Amino acid sequence: MPPNPKKALSIVEPAATVDPGRSTVIRIAGLSKRFLTARGEFEALRGIDLAIGEGEFVCLLGASGCGKTTLLRILAGLDRHTDGVAEIRAAQLGQPLTSVVFQEHSIFPWMTVWDNVAYGLRARKLDKAFVRERVDFFVHKVGLASFARALPHQLSGGMKQRVSIARAFANDPEILLMDEPFSALDEQNRAILQEELLRIWSDTRKTVVFITHSIDEAVFLADRVVVLGGPPGHVVMDARVTFARPRNAYELRALPEFGALVADFGAHIKAGVNGRR
Amino acid sequence: MADDDRNRATSDADGLVRLPADPDIGQSARRRARLEKVLGILSPLLILVLWEIVVRAGLLDARIVPAPSMILETFKSLIESGELARHVGVSLTRVFVGLLLGAMPGLVVGTLMGLSPMTRAIVSQIVASLYPIPKIAIFPLVMAIFGIGELSKYVLVAIAVFFFMAINSFAGVANVERIYWDVGRSFGVSRFRAILTIALPGALPMILAGLRLSLGVSLLVLVGAEFVGAKSGIGYLVWNSWQVFDVESMYAGIIVIGLLGWAFFAMLDELERRLVPWAPSNRR
Repeated sequence: MPPNPKKALSIVEPAATVDPGRSTVIRIAGLSKRFLTARGEFEALRGIDLAIGEGEFVCLLGASGCGKTTLLRILAGLDRHTDGVAEIRAAQLGQPLTSVVFQEHSIFPWMTVWDNVAYGLRARKLDKAFVRERVDFFVHKVGLASFARALPHQLSGGMKQRVSIARAFANDPEILLMDEPFSALDEQNRAILQEELLRIWSDTRKTVVFITHSIDEAVFLADRVVVLGGPPGHVVMDARVTFARPRNAYELRALPEFGALVADFGAHIKAGVNGRR
Repeated sequence: MADDDRNRATSDADGLVRLPADPDIGQSARRRARLEKVLGILSPLLILVLWEIVVRAGLLDARIVPAPSMILETFKSLIESGELARHVGVSLTRVFVGLLLGAMPGLVVGTLMGLSPMTRAIVSQIVASLYPIPKIAIFPLVMAIFGIGELSKYVLVAIAVFFFMAINSFAGVANVERIYWDVGRSFGVSRFRAILTIALPGALPMILAGLRLSLGVSLLVLVGAEFVGAKSGIGYLVWNSWQVFDVESMYAGIIVIGLLGWAFFAMLDELERRLVPWAPSNRR
């Protein structure tokens, strides 16, 4: 069994349930995923229970191979679970349930920045004027207005991920799913994009499920961190991070609580890996 | 320039090995590039000059290998009489009509193979076994079915082109990165839209490579067909000239085939630059 979260840290509270003030937008109960591989049956996820409230910024944290991407793909509708329940609340019929920001190389190299951002909206055959206004807004919002007509190969890695983020936000889904969107970036770019993401998110207050293997990133971004262990993937720890927003990257990281929290999550991840391998 | 002798260099009294500086900031590389360009033009000219000398010196039988200057004379008269233009026009029509007839179905079948594993399972063995048959070998059959007129040439070119386009567009579509399909699915796009916005643009570099191969092979097949089953066209010009021992005209015909192939490649280069600006070789 992994150790209990340190009670002494007031910023960490067990968060097995959704805040009383929030309505549930994702409900996962007893979810498992198995599939056949060349070496036989593989259990990727086992008995996941998770409820996520509206507007929460949740980071799924875990070592590679613990099934966090599998869980995200199930929420995105790209994979199906084998057992259990996964539900997403639809506020409005016709509105997309999820949009995904993938790791990297996910923007289409044959489309301009603008066309990439418009992709989801055009697929929904929305009114042209509406699409134009919305795409212009988000292209501007991620600071790529002067690159709207550029092709992706003319952009840096950080700019490409901005396109991917704009594409997902522009689609206006119930939930934003992000699969290690900054993992391929250098540290300076990552820090800049993390702050930008928080800025855009604070304007829209979308529910975000953000996958990362960086503890630092999870603690900086999240309202709540869910640590997965495995394989098979299971929830090792579920805790709230209550640092005030807006968060400043350097001030926050200078706090002793920040370091303590990072160390604590690290210990849980290690326990989650050791327990199964 | 890297100094290969750094490990054998002698040190001064301090035991310090001095690393050599290089004032060349890229001038020599630029000079070399210019030289390469000049050599690329000079080398074919040099061969022509050598050829001329060897023939004039009587080292080669001018009845079988005429000198370039003699071929040039014939070339001029073929152009002036309009005969060359007629043959080239006939052959080009056959190439482009055949290309159109073969490329479209090839693209459709190849794309379907790339999209659907079921189609692939059904079609791929058939394609794999028909593709290596030399298309000129079935020309008698094609003539028997489609007659000795133009149609049989169109069909033969179309058959040859079909396989190149099918195989290349299949490879192109099948190798579109999985993440692009995931993006499409995550945005809930329709199958038709996914083909238009993901499969075809993703496969476009391979499709254009298929078109390039197709143009080459259609010349190859057509010249063969015109040898035996035509009364016009560039292949007919070559074969007929040989039959009447008009060797200079034969050479003129061969050179024109080479020039056509070169022109096709230049065309495809330009097409690729325009249609696939994101391909690594076209980036600027």
